[in-house]
Amino acid sequence: MSLVVATSAGNVLVWIVWVVAAFSCLASGVAVVTFSNPFYSALALIGNLGSLAVMYLLLSAEFVAAAQVLVYAGAVVVMFLFVIAYVGPRRETPWSGGPAWQTVGAVFAAGALLVEIVVAVGMQASGGLSHSDKVGPAFGTPAWIGRIFLVDHLFAFEITSVVLLIAAMGGVILGSHTRRATS
Amino acid sequence: MSGPNVAWYVAIAAVLFGIGALGVLIRRNTIVVLLSLELMLNAGNLALIALARHWHNGAGQIFALTVMAIAASEVCVGLGLVVALNRRQLSLDVDSLSELRG
Repeated sequence: MSLVVATSAGNVLVWIVWVVAAFSCLASGVAVVTFSNPFYSALALIGNLGSLAVMYLLLSAEFVAAAQVLVYAGAVVVMFLFVIAYVGPRRETPWSGGPAWQTVGAVFAAGALLVEIVVAVGMQASGGLSHSDKVGPAFGTPAWIGRIFLVDHLFAFEITSVVLLIAAMGGVILGSHTRRATS
Repeated sequence: MSGPNVAWYVAIAAVLFGIGALGVLIRRNTIVVLLSLELMLNAGNLALIALARHWHNGAGQIFALTVMAIAASEVCVGLGLVVALNRRQLSLDVDSLSELRG
């Protein structure tokens, strides 16, 4: 009996954490899109990434959650903040500028995309996503991820490193000062 | 898993993808477009990880890590472009960047 009570209490706790994470995820997503100052948008993205990391933890993906916080909040958002500070404040509100038909078309296109995703996933899943059960304790741990990544998916790992190297070279070339004299 | 099942996570991912797509389409500042692109990539990551949990398959988590690396590359090149545009005194409005000639 006490086990049942403890399990249901755990369920309620997980639901509470999930609801808070989902709400803050969507709210910060809306904030990223609607803030007129890009600096605040980048700060809202940190909240979005943090709440997504909480959801990854609920999905027993500990390593991906840690990598998310390290890579995104630690590197990507900091890079965004540096560039926003470099180019200076450029405010623009989300609904201004450009013809009105463009804004209406954008909203319509985004809504159509959302409906398409929901319909596609709903038709494909059709109740198949409702059951849930336990996974092993090793699921999502760094050792497990490392074994899969470096044994089963070694080619993807190596290709990722090459892509990152090429992107870093491209960033350096785009940002280098010597290009200005030639243009 | 005690708590919400995978369909809830996929629904959140779909809504987040829609928000990101709306941001890409309606915003005109290049930096905010890149931020909204990050939202769309994160929505894809959430769906991948939820379905990896559902099918007890590690490939989804591996793919999510790969998507993170690709997102970092995309930000690297995109912000390099923003810096280059700013140095040439060009506007960061995406509508004024309709031609690719330097």
